Amino acid sequence: MTKMPKWADVILTPLISLVLAMAISALVILAIGESPMVALTTMIDGALGSSYGWGFTLYYATNFIFTGLAVMVAYHASLFNIGGEGQAAMGGLGVALVLLSLPLPHWALALPAAMIGAALFGAAWALIPAWLQAKRGSHIVITTIMFNFIAAALLNYVLVNLLRPVGSMDPASARFPDATHLPKLSDMALALGFEWGKNTPVNISFFVAVIACVLVWLLIWRSRLGFEIRAFGKSEPAALYAGINPVRITVIAMLISGGLAGLMAINNVMGEAERLVLNAVEGAGFIGIAVALMGRNHPLGVFLAALLFGFLYQGGGELALWTSIPRELIIVIQALVILFTGALDNMVRMPLERMFMALRKRGA
Amino acid sequence: MAAETQTRGRPETAAPAAIELRGISKAFGPVQANRDIHLRVERGTIHGIIGENGAGKSTLMSILYGFYKPDAGEILVGGRPLTITDSQTAIRAGIGMVFQHFKLVPNFTVLENVILGVEEGRLLRPSLSKARGVLKRLAQDYELHVDPDAVVENLSVGHQQRVEILKALYRRADILILDEPTGVLTPAEADHLFRILEGLRAEGKTIILITHKLREIMEITDTVSVMRRGEMVASVRTADTSPEQLAELMVGRKVLLNVQKAPARPGKPVLEIRDLRMVDASGVERLRGIGLDIRAGEILGIAGVSGNGQTQLLEILGGYPEKGSTVSGEVRVNGAPLPLTGAGCNAAERRRKGVGHIPEDRQAEGLIMDFSAWENVAFGYHDAPEYGRGPLMDRDAIRRDAEGKIRRFDVRPPDCDLAARNFSGGNQQKIVVAREIERNPDLLLIGQPTRGVDIGAIEFIHKRIVELRDAGKAILLVSVELDEIMSLSDRIAVMFDGRIMGERLPGQTTTGELGLLMAGVDADATPPPKIFPEKCE
Repeated sequence: MTKMPKWADVILTPLISLVLAMAISALVILAIGESPMVALTTMIDGALGSSYGWGFTLYYATNFIFTGLAVMVAYHASLFNIGGEGQAAMGGLGVALVLLSLPLPHWALALPAAMIGAALFGAAWALIPAWLQAKRGSHIVITTIMFNFIAAALLNYVLVNLLRPVGSMDPASARFPDATHLPKLSDMALALGFEWGKNTPVNISFFVAVIACVLVWLLIWRSRLGFEIRAFGKSEPAALYAGINPVRITVIAMLISGGLAGLMAINNVMGEAERLVLNAVEGAGFIGIAVALMGRNHPLGVFLAALLFGFLYQGGGELALWTSIPRELIIVIQALVILFTGALDNMVRMPLERMFMALRKRGA
Repeated sequence: MAAETQTRGRPETAAPAAIELRGISKAFGPVQANRDIHLRVERGTIHGIIGENGAGKSTLMSILYGFYKPDAGEILVGGRPLTITDSQTAIRAGIGMVFQHFKLVPNFTVLENVILGVEEGRLLRPSLSKARGVLKRLAQDYELHVDPDAVVENLSVGHQQRVEILKALYRRADILILDEPTGVLTPAEADHLFRILEGLRAEGKTIILITHKLREIMEITDTVSVMRRGEMVASVRTADTSPEQLAELMVGRKVLLNVQKAPARPGKPVLEIRDLRMVDASGVERLRGIGLDIRAGEILGIAGVSGNGQTQLLEILGGYPEKGSTVSGEVRVNGAPLPLTGAGCNAAERRRKGVGHIPEDRQAEGLIMDFSAWENVAFGYHDAPEYGRGPLMDRDAIRRDAEGKIRRFDVRPPDCDLAARNFSGGNQQKIVVAREIERNPDLLLIGQPTRGVDIGAIEFIHKRIVELRDAGKAILLVSVELDEIMSLSDRIAVMFDGRIMGERLPGQTTTGELGLLMAGVDADATPPPKIFPEKCE
C-alpha cells in the first residue's frame, strides 16, 4: 500500500518545502531590517515580470536541466555523480575545440557537431571515475569531486597556454566563428513577428534541453538499458542474479551522465559566451544535484526544479541590483531552498504521510 | 471451535501465570498487527506460539520485550500488572529473549558477551570472574556447555545460540522467549536445544517458543497458541491437538501437509557436475570437489545446514560466482559445458541455456522490491524478444504476460502495478516461481523455495515444482528445511563444509541419518545407494 497519493508525493511535498524555505528566508530578511515583501516582489518582477527576466530565467534553467538530468541518470544507477561541474567544464572544452578547429558554415551543422564534442568530453571526464568505481571500488563521490578540481586546473592550463589567442591578456579562447552562433530565442521571436526577450542569452539550447528531458525519460522508464540501470541501482545482488553486468551499467550510466553534464556547454559556452572562458560553469554542476533531488529524479521534476532555480538565480541577481540586500543573502535563500527541498525532505514528507494515513483510516 | 480461546474463560487459578496478556492491540498505520490478544502462559511450562508470517507473533513478542508500546491492553508478569517501556524493564521483570538473528559481538569472547551491558563497576575483572562462576554452574545444570574464553565468531551457530541463552539466564531470566530458534540448527543441535529447554522447564523456568515448524510444537510444548492475521485464534493443550488441526487453524482452511507425487521417471542427464571447487575472495575454500548428476524428470534435494557451500553452488550454477573467487571444475548442462569464469559466465547466458533459478533470497536477489509486479515478471528476462524489439520495452506485452502469471499462480492481490515490497512473502515468492517456472527451463535451480512463506503458499509452490519435474525437467533443490527435502526430493545429497557427504533416497533414510551427515559425520561406510532406482517409495 502506498502511503499517500502520488500527487501529494511529487507536488505537495516539494511545494510545502518551498514555502517553508521562503518563510525562513523572509525571517532572515526581516532580521537584517529589510522587507520580505519588497524582496519577493523584486525577485518575481526581475525574473518573471518581463520577457527580459524570463529570458535570463530560462537561460539559467537550461544549464540546470542538463546538469540535473546528469545527476538524475547516475542516481538511478545508485551512483552519486557530483562531478557535473568538471564534466560541464570539459564539455565546454569539447565545444571550443570543435568550433575552433572545424570550418562549420552554419549553426545547424555546428550545433550537432558541438553537441557531440560537448557530450564526448563530458562523458570522457566521467569515464575515469566510473571505471575506478566499477573495477576498483573507488568511491564515485570522492573521485568525481576530485575530477572537478582536475578539470578546473586543466582548463586553466589549456586556456592560458594553448587556446589563448596570441597577444591576448585574457585567459579565454578566441571567439567562435560568426556562422556558428546559435539563434537566440529573441531572434526566433523576431522572425515570427513579435518582440520577446531582447538582449537575453536564452537560445535554441533550451529546446535541446527539453528534448533531452524526453529522451532521458524514454531511456530510464521505457528502455531495456533504463530497466537495467534502475534494477542495478536498486539492488546490485539482484542485478547479478538477473545477468546485469555491474561494470557495464556503472560505466554506461556514468557516460550518459557525464555526457549530459557536458552538453550544458552548448548553452553557456556556445550559446551565450560564444568563446570559452575560465569558470564558465559557475556552479551549475552543483545546482544540478539540488535540481535532481528536488525533481525527485524524474525528468519532468528536473525541468520544473530547474525553472525554480533559474528563477532564484535571476531573481537573486535582481535583488542584489535593486535592493540593499547583500549578495550573500541570495546564496542563503538558495541554500535554504536546497536544504528544505533536498536534505530535509522527510521532515515534510513524514507528517504528510501520517496525515494521509489518518485521512484514509477515517475514510475506510 | 471448541479450542477457541480456552484461556479467556478459564477461572483465575491459585498460582499466578508467568505471563498473562489481556486484550493487547497494536496497529502500524492501517495494519492491525495485533488485535485483542489474550494469552496466559503458566509457570514452568513450554508454550508454543505458531502462525504464518505476518500473523503478528513477532510484534506480540516485541511488545512483551518492550520494543513496541501496545495501543491497548494489559501485561501481567507473575500476576502483577507491568508497563514494559523498554527492554531493561523486561529484563528486570525476568524476561529474556533469544532472537532469531543473534545479538552478539562476534570478536568478543563468550564471557565478554555475557557481561556486556551488566558489567558491575568500572573494572571488568570482577564481573568477568563472577560470570565465569555463574556460567560454570549453568553449564552443569542445563547442559549449556560453552568454552567461556572462546571468541564468539569461532563458535558454531548452535553454540552461539547457547551463548544467547546464557546471556538471558545470567540476567536472571525466568521467562525465556525464543524466536524461531531451530532455523539455523542441525537436527542434532535442535535436539540438544530441546534437552536444554526441558532442563530449564524442570527448574521451573517458563519458555515461550515461537516457531512455524509444527513438528517442534508437537515434540516439546505443553500448550500452544495459534495466531492468524493478528488475532489469537486458539490456545490449546498440545496433547489435545494434531499437526493437521494446527495447520488448519493457522491457515484458516484445510492444508495438505505432505506433497503428493508420483514416482520419478528419470531420463537423460541434464546437469553434470564434476569436481567443482571454489575459493572465495578471502581465500577460504567453500566448495571442495562437488560431484552431482541430475537427470530430466528428477528432483535432487541438497540437505545441509546453511553456510556449508549451498549458496556458492547455486551462485556458480546461476552464473554469478562471488566477486574475487576462483572456480574450477566442470559443469555440463544438456551435455554442453558451462563457462565458470570469464565473460560467458553470467546469469543472462545461463538463462539462454535453459537454466532457471529461484534464488535463496527473493528480497535481495529474486525481486527488485521497489519495482512493480509486472516489472519483476520481466526481471532477468527483460531481453526476451516477446518483451519488445529494439532498445525499448513493450510494456503492454509484459503486463499482459504478468497478468496471466499472476492469475495462474494466484498471486494476491492480483494487481500487477503493486510494488513487490507490498506483497506478502508468499506472494512475492509466487511471482518469482511463476517467472522462473513458466519459462520452462530444462534445469531449475531452487534455493529455499518456502523460506518465510505461509503454509498455503508452500503447498502451492511444492505442487508446481513437482509438476515441472513431471514435465521432464531437472530440478536442483536446496533447502535447510529437512521436511521439505524429505518430501520433495527423489534423491537427497547432503552437503557439509563444501563437500557432498553422501547421497540417500528419501524412502530409505531417516532424519537422524541425514542429521549426522549434515553435521559432517560419515556414520556408515555403506556403499553409495543405487542412484536411479526403478521404483521410489
